[in-house]
Amino acid sequence: MASPVPVKEKKLMEVKLGELPGWILMRDFTPKGIAGAFQRGYYRYYNKYINVKKGGVAGISMVLAAYVLFNYCRSYKELKHERLRKYH
Amino acid sequence: MNENLFASFAAPSMMGLPIVVLIVMFPSILFPTPSRLINNRLISIQQWLIQLTSKQMLAIHNQKGRTWALMLMSLILFIGSTNLLGLLPHSFTPTTQLSMNLGMAIPLWAGTVITGFRYKTKASLAHFLPQGTPLPLIPMLVIIETISLFIQPMALAVRLTANITAGHLLIHLIGGATLALINISATTAFITFIILILLTILEFAVALIQAYVFTLLVSLYLHDNT
Repeated sequence: MASPVPVKEKKLMEVKLGELPGWILMRDFTPKGIAGAFQRGYYRYYNKYINVKKGGVAGISMVLAAYVLFNYCRSYKELKHERLRKYH
Repeated sequence: MNENLFASFAAPSMMGLPIVVLIVMFPSILFPTPSRLINNRLISIQQWLIQLTSKQMLAIHNQKGRTWALMLMSLILFIGSTNLLGLLPHSFTPTTQLSMNLGMAIPLWAGTVITGFRYKTKASLAHFLPQGTPLPLIPMLVIIETISLFIQPMALAVRLTANITAGHLLIHLIGGATLALINISATTAFITFIILILLTILEFAVALIQAYVFTLLVSLYLHDNT
């Protein structure tokens, strides 16, 4: 499993499967690192779907759909009782 | 059914963590900061709407009142977006909580009153007595005006809470009625469904109107006091 490039600096798609746990452990889990990850993710989505010349309704409706899904998962416990079943 | 009806208004917490903070902060993601002269479509639309609203809302104020422009615009933006997001299925609307509305109404109202007392003390106190009242009525009228002044923040908060909560409750109830009626009689269910559609359209309007009313009243109280 010897690779010329150190594991830490590879991107995710280039990490071999056996090296995956080591790669995950070497990621930056400090608050600054986590904030950086959120920032990178946000700008990746923003620049791809919203900050374009002819953006459509898809960019923002994906965000709203994810919000609905998040709230559904959050209230699943109460919604479980409203299914159409004979025995709850 | 009774417990389910009000369960959606409980403050959300996942595994004991209060994620209501996340939900209150969520609308801010939908308003990106403009960084260029000509922005993308989302920001341009939002900029146009904000310019339209702010021109209309700040027209009646003088120089001193216009320092509140940022506050009023962010207020109407926040309440409008929070109410509209609450119309999505399963979502939690922070403005249904009286605590939050009181937290918005009382400081803003107190700000307008204190501004009035600081800069135009005589005029602010003169608001307690309408012009041309007969002499014997004056003590009672001052008491009544004081009470109506102190009721202003309560009315602001309770108006917003009650309107949004009532709308959400109605949607829940009529939606449940439609579902229950499908097996019994399809025509009645269809009529109830039409009612539901009309109600949803009304709720969209109410969401925006309530934001507008809240902000307008704050601006009115400001106008009285600057």
